[in-house]
Amino acid sequence: MPNILVVEDSPTMRQLISFAIKRIPNSHVIEATDGVDALKKLSSGKVDLILADINMPVMDGLKLVSLVRGNPAYKSIPVIIVTTEGAEEDRKRALSIGANAYLPKPIQTQELIRLVNTYLAN
Amino acid sequence: MEKETGFVGKAEEFLQMFKKGEEFTKELLKENEKLRYRIAQMEESIQRSADEARIKLYENRIGLLEEDLNSLKKRFRQVEEENKDFASKYIEVEEENNNLANLYVASYQLHSTLDFSEVLRIVLEIIINLIGAEKFAILLIDEKTNELVPVSAEGMAVSEAPKVKIGQGRIGSVAKEGESFFSDDLAGAAELNPLEPIVCIPLKIKEHVIGVISIYKLLTQKEGFTNVDYELFNLLAGHAATAIFSSKLYTQSERKLTTIQSFLDLLKEKPRK
Repeated sequence: MPNILVVEDSPTMRQLISFAIKRIPNSHVIEATDGVDALKKLSSGKVDLILADINMPVMDGLKLVSLVRGNPAYKSIPVIIVTTEGAEEDRKRALSIGANAYLPKPIQTQELIRLVNTYLAN
Repeated sequence: MEKETGFVGKAEEFLQMFKKGEEFTKELLKENEKLRYRIAQMEESIQRSADEARIKLYENRIGLLEEDLNSLKKRFRQVEEENKDFASKYIEVEEENNNLANLYVASYQLHSTLDFSEVLRIVLEIIINLIGAEKFAILLIDEKTNELVPVSAEGMAVSEAPKVKIGQGRIGSVAKEGESFFSDDLAGAAELNPLEPIVCIPLKIKEHVIGVISIYKLLTQKEGFTNVDYELFNLLAGHAATAIFSSKLYTQSERKLTTIQSFLDLLKEKPRK
C-alpha cells in the first residue's frame, strides 16, 4: 500500500490532491500543512512519495526537498512539486535541488495521477 | 511314299493351324493392348474427375472460410470502433469526474466555515489554485454608498483595487447587469489597470448582486479557460456569494450578540451594587 505525503498549506488543494490520489488503488494519503509538519510525518511512518507545494509558511517546499535529499533515510523518496510558480527558472531550480518532477497549478488530475503512478512504479 | 505324303499334309495342316493360332494370338494381344489403353484412359479420367471434385470441395471450403474471415474482419472492425468509442467515452467520463471533484471540493470548502475572513481566503485559494489567476480582487457592494469596495486581493495590494460606483465602467456594469465579462485578450495589458479586468464575475444570490470578482492576470502557464473553469466561475458566482453573504451576516450577528450580552451582563450587575 503506497503512502503518499501531500504537503500543502491550502486546505482546498490538500483536499483536491487527496481526492485525486485516493483513486490510485490501495493508496493512502498523509497530509501535512508545511515543510516542518512534513518532516514530522516523515519521521513517524513510511512514505513512498511526496507531493509538495513551494509557497508555504514555516518551511517552503524547496527547503523541504533539500532536507529530504540530504537525509539518507529519505533521499530515495520521489518528490513531485505542485506549485503556482510556472516559470522555467522555478522548474529548473526545483529539479536542481532534487525534485523528481514539477507540476504547475492549476493541476490536471490525469497528469498528476500519471506522474504519481510513474514514480511509484520506479 | 503314301505314308510320306500323308505326313507332309498333316504337317502343313498343323502349320496352317499354327499360323491361324499365331494370328489369333496377335489379334488378342492387340485387343489386350487396346483394352489396357482404354483402362488407362478411364483411370486417368476417373483420377481427373476425382481431383476436380476435390478441388471443387476445396474451393467451396476456401469460399466458406473467406466468408468467415470477412465476417470476422467486419466484426473486428466493429469491435475496434466500439473500443475507440468506449475509450473516448472513458476519457470523457474521467474528465467529467475530475471536474466534478474540483467543483465538489470548491463548494465543500466554501461552505465549510462561517468565518468571513476564512471564506474570503477560500475564495482566493479557489481562484489561484483551481482557476489559475495571479492578480485579482474581490469587491463587495457597500449598501450605504452603493459602491463596490475591495475586501481582498491577490498578486496586488487591496488598496490597488478600485472603488467603483454601480454601473460605472466595466466592473460597475457587471455589478449592475449581473452578467460575467470575459475579455477576448486573456493576456491583458502589460501594466495593471484596475478598472480593466480580463475577467469580471458577479457574485449573485439569485438575481441580487452582492459584489464581483475582478481578475487582471492569469498565471504564466494558464493559456486559456476550459469548460471546468466556466463551471467554476458559475459556482463562484452563486456559492461564493452565499458563503460570503452568510458569513458576513453571521460575523455581524456574532458581534451584535457579544455587544448585547455585554449590556445584559452590565444590567445584571447593577442591582448588586
